[in-house]
Amino acid sequence: MLLINCPYCGERDQSEFSNGGEAHVARPKNPELVSDREWSEYVFIRANPKGIFYERWVHTHGCKKWFNAVRNTSTDEILKIYKLGEEPPTLKDFKNTPKTPSGEPKVGSGNFAVKKL
Amino acid sequence: MKKKYSFFSVLKNSLSYHENWKKMWRSPEPRKSYDIIIVGGGGHGLGTAYYLAKEHGLKNIAVIEKGWLGGGNTGRNTTIIRSNYLWDESAHLYEHSLKLWENLSTELNYNIMFSQRGVMNLAHNEHDKKEIKRRVSANKLNGIDSYWVDKNQIKKLVPIMNTDNLRYPVLGASFQPRGGVARHDAVAWSFAMRADEMGVDIIQNCEVKNIKTSKGKVEGVETSKGFIRSNRVGVAASGHTSILAETAGIRLPLQSKPLQALVSEPIKPVINTVVMSNAVHAYVSQSDKGELVIGAGTDGYNSFTQRGGYNIIEDTIRAIIELYPVFGKMKMLRQWGGIVDICPDASPIISKCDVKGLYFNCGWGTGGFKATPGSAHLFAYTIAKDEPHVINAPFNLNRFISGRLVDEHGAAAVAH
Repeated sequence: MLLINCPYCGERDQSEFSNGGEAHVARPKNPELVSDREWSEYVFIRANPKGIFYERWVHTHGCKKWFNAVRNTSTDEILKIYKLGEEPPTLKDFKNTPKTPSGEPKVGSGNFAVKKL
Repeated sequence: MKKKYSFFSVLKNSLSYHENWKKMWRSPEPRKSYDIIIVGGGGHGLGTAYYLAKEHGLKNIAVIEKGWLGGGNTGRNTTIIRSNYLWDESAHLYEHSLKLWENLSTELNYNIMFSQRGVMNLAHNEHDKKEIKRRVSANKLNGIDSYWVDKNQIKKLVPIMNTDNLRYPVLGASFQPRGGVARHDAVAWSFAMRADEMGVDIIQNCEVKNIKTSKGKVEGVETSKGFIRSNRVGVAASGHTSILAETAGIRLPLQSKPLQALVSEPIKPVINTVVMSNAVHAYVSQSDKGELVIGAGTDGYNSFTQRGGYNIIEDTIRAIIELYPVFGKMKMLRQWGGIVDICPDASPIISKCDVKGLYFNCGWGTGGFKATPGSAHLFAYTIAKDEPHVINAPFNLNRFISGRLVDEHGAAAVAH
């Protein structure tokens, strides 16, 4: 379970929050001009990286405000939290980007948030 | 089939204290090239190799696995098998699989301990009741053995269930007697053994890092044991499929999340069927060893940690204890998580893609185990013929563009 630092309320338990999936997905400006394939990309296809992931959270059982976070999906470590409208941090800001595809121990599962490498 | 298991072979090997059983499959070094490479040595991948060799006569095949066989979601599920899905497309798919399950132990000459003890899906409110009755009727039209059972019948089938004195009382359920459970390790092992006998190379501890393509065609895979050439690659890597697809320049509509399960200490038989409840999110069955096998939900966010959040277990256990107060003092022995790849419509993808020679079998989300033989059978057909079988044709990648989705959020047991 995560501890999430809401930019408005401070650190709270994850059960107060809901995840909103990938952040910074822009709706096509002229939907009527967009092909079916491009529309499908916007509606159904989201990034699913093992590593640095830009995502949205909402403090459902708190201030009800949305904000963005950068999380490492291979360790669940939250690397940065920033408000909507702020510039997203660049990938270079994070050193411990896991080597893709897996970046995990040679055999077994990737639970190294516990035994941090 | 060379290696037969029989009463006599058990007797013979007992004389040498069971220390001289032969290895079930070879562990060869990878060759430079193969006709077909299957990425992922779980049930789906191994089954695909088996059916490719057996039904399509193809021999030069490799299955490449990152860890050990069946160490991913094949060994991390709650082993429930059923086919009571709502839409025709899914009903045909899962029923195809269930029919293969019914004959699998004989076909592979390996006891996969398939036990048709029935699967029950509970209704806790009027809406559930209407949805489940609708699903039962749809199942009947597709020739699937699904029935509506009322509270009294449930009480007879599962006497330990608390049906009235709880926040969401049990109003009835659907019941599929042909559903059940199987031993998941045995499924992976038996497919591996029989595929190996037919010449399939099973390569463990070898991670596929990259799918190499050129001019819209597959050329091979870059692995931790070097480059392996092949012009046909089938990916059945569950949670990691979308990451591999990306290396070939394909974006799949998948999101990976941990799905948890847990097992209790073993007790005497108390529950002889599988009981699932979507509304309060609790499902439970009892293994042959006597452990309660409990399935929890997915975490609400993408993650590749094979662990899952504690709050998810808490929710499930809360519901289990309310439904079965008798389990209140039991101890849990083990808990684990598997990374499931979930499609927006909760239905799988068994499909070709824009890259020639590259095939995907993914998106099984929270319910892939029940489909293992069916999925493998159809995926083998798709790879061998370079076109989908009539059963898996609706489960193509193009459905996300055309809009012909197969929305199974209702029949998929775990809420997405």
